[in-house]
Amino acid sequence: MSVLDLPLIAQASQVDTGDTAWMLVSTALVLLMTIGLGLFYAGLVRSKNTLNTFMMCVAAIAIAMVTWALVGYSLAFDGDGALIGGLDYFAMQGVDFIPREGTTIPHLVFFAFQATFCIITTALVSGAVVERMRFGAFLVFATLWSILVYAVLAHWAFGGGWLISGGTLDFAGGVPVEMGSGFSALAAALVVGARKDYGRQALLPHNAVYVLLGAGLLWFGWFGFNGGSGFSTGDASVLAFVNTLLTPACALITWFVLDLIRGRKVTAIGAATAIIVGCVLITPAGGYISPGWAMVLGFVGALPCYAMIVWRPRTRVDETLDVLAAHGVAGFTGILFIGLVAQANWNGIADGLFYGNAAQFGDQVLAALAAPAYAFIATYVLLRVIGAVMPLRATEHDEAIGMDVAYHGEEAYATGEGAILVAPDADGEVLVADPG
Amino acid sequence: MKLVIGIVRPEKANDVLEALYRAEVRGVSMSRVQGHGGELDRVETYRGTTVKMGLSEKVRFEVAVSDSFVQPTVDALCEGARTGEVGDGKIFVVPLEQAVRIRTGESAEAAVTPVVK
Repeated sequence: MSVLDLPLIAQASQVDTGDTAWMLVSTALVLLMTIGLGLFYAGLVRSKNTLNTFMMCVAAIAIAMVTWALVGYSLAFDGDGALIGGLDYFAMQGVDFIPREGTTIPHLVFFAFQATFCIITTALVSGAVVERMRFGAFLVFATLWSILVYAVLAHWAFGGGWLISGGTLDFAGGVPVEMGSGFSALAAALVVGARKDYGRQALLPHNAVYVLLGAGLLWFGWFGFNGGSGFSTGDASVLAFVNTLLTPACALITWFVLDLIRGRKVTAIGAATAIIVGCVLITPAGGYISPGWAMVLGFVGALPCYAMIVWRPRTRVDETLDVLAAHGVAGFTGILFIGLVAQANWNGIADGLFYGNAAQFGDQVLAALAAPAYAFIATYVLLRVIGAVMPLRATEHDEAIGMDVAYHGEEAYATGEGAILVAPDADGEVLVADPG
Repeated sequence: MKLVIGIVRPEKANDVLEALYRAEVRGVSMSRVQGHGGELDRVETYRGTTVKMGLSEKVRFEVAVSDSFVQPTVDALCEGARTGEVGDGKIFVVPLEQAVRIRTGESAEAAVTPVVK
C-alpha cells in the first residue's frame, strides 16, 4: 500500500499502461502460486492423499474467487471503516476501468490482483488439516473463512482499516496473508484434531521433487506477489522485487547451516521450506527496507521459523504442513522487522526504530499482536460452528484407505492393472465391458 | 520350519510390523502386491472413463520361522492386520524344506534363528 502515499502519483488518477501491464502479469503470477502450493503440499503428504491435498488448493481458487467477487472485495476495500468495509462493491458493482484513488491501474485489475491473494491465503490454511478433513467440510470452511477472516484482515491492513490508518506498514500481506493463514492453521489443527496415526507412525513426505518444484513455482509467483504490491512499476515495486530475490537466498543459507549443525546433512525438503520462509519474511517488508537489511532479515528471520519446525512435531498438535512456522512465525518476524529497520530514504514513508522512529515499531507490534489473535479466535469459533452442523473429519476407514479414493474416486498413481471398464447402458445400469 | 505368508491391507502394514516386533519375531520380508479377495469393487472415474478396480493394493509379509514361532507369528499378523471389514487379508503357513543363512552357510533352524549379539 506504500505507493498510495507517494506524492509522485498522488495526483494521477488516470491509467498508466506500463503499470497496468505489470499488474496484469503480477496477477497471473500470484494465481500460479496456488498451483505451486498445491504441488508443494501434495509432495509433503502420503501418496494416498496426493490428489485431495492438491484439490484443496484448486478448490480454494474456485471458492475464494467467487466469495471475493460477491462480498469479500467489498468488505475489504470499500470505505475506511475501522473494522470492516462496506457493501458498495457487492457483486463487483462499481468495479470498472476507473482507477481507485491513488492508483494508476484500472479498478478491475486492482480487484483481480487482490483476489489472487485471497485465493492463496485460503489455500494455505488447508495445510493444517490435510490427510483427515472431509472435503465437503473444507469447502464450507473455505467459503466462510475467505469472507470472515481474510477479508476482515485485508481491510485492516490494506483497505483503510484501523491498522493501516494507524500507521502499520504491511507491504504485501504479513497481516492478512501470512499471520492470517499461519495462526488460523493452528486453530484449524486444534479443532479438527490430529491424524489417527500421528505420533504413532512415521508419516513421511511421498515426493520430495514435488516439494522442491512447488517451492520453486511459489518463489517465481512471489515476484508478482511482492513485486506487484506497489501497484505500479515504481520504486517500491522494484525494491520489493529485488528483495524477493535476496531474502529467500539468505534464508536458504541459514537453513543449510542449521541442517548441518543438527543432522550433518543439508536436506532438500528443508531447502524447499527455507525458500517459502524467505519469501514470507520479505512479504510484509519488501518495499520498506533496504536490500542490505533484506539480506539480514533472511539470515536472522529464518532462525525462529526453523526452531518452530523442529519443535512442533514433538508436540501433540498435528499442524501437518507447518503453516504456522513457515507463514505465521515468518510473517510475524517480517512485520516486526519493518519496525526496526525501515528507512524513509528507501521507502519514502517512514523510518524504523534503528533510524530514530520508535513509534513505527509500536505500530508494527500492534499488528503482530492483533492479526494472530483475530485469525486464531475467528477460525477456532468458525470451525466449532461448522463442526456442530457437519462432521469435520473423515471416518477412520476413509482416512485409512486415503482421501483420494474416498473423496475423489481417483488415485494419483493409478496403474490400470485390474481395472475393468464400465459402460452405462440405456437404463442407467452399468455393463462391465469385456476387458479383452 | 514353516514359511508364514500374510497378505494384509497396506494401511495396516505398520501395525503388523509392531505386532511382530512385540512377539519377538525377527527376520521379515515385505512386498507390495495387488490382489482380489472378497471385497467390493471400488469404482473410479477418469474424465469419461469409469472403471471398477478389481485388484486392491496389499502388502505381503513373508516370515520364515521355527515351529515354535509359527503360532506367535500368526497371532501377531492377525492382531496387527485385523479391522473386521471385508478385505483384511489372508495368512498361509507352508512347510519349509530348507533355509540357509548366506553369510555363514548355517542351514535349517540355525538359519531362521535371529543372531543374538
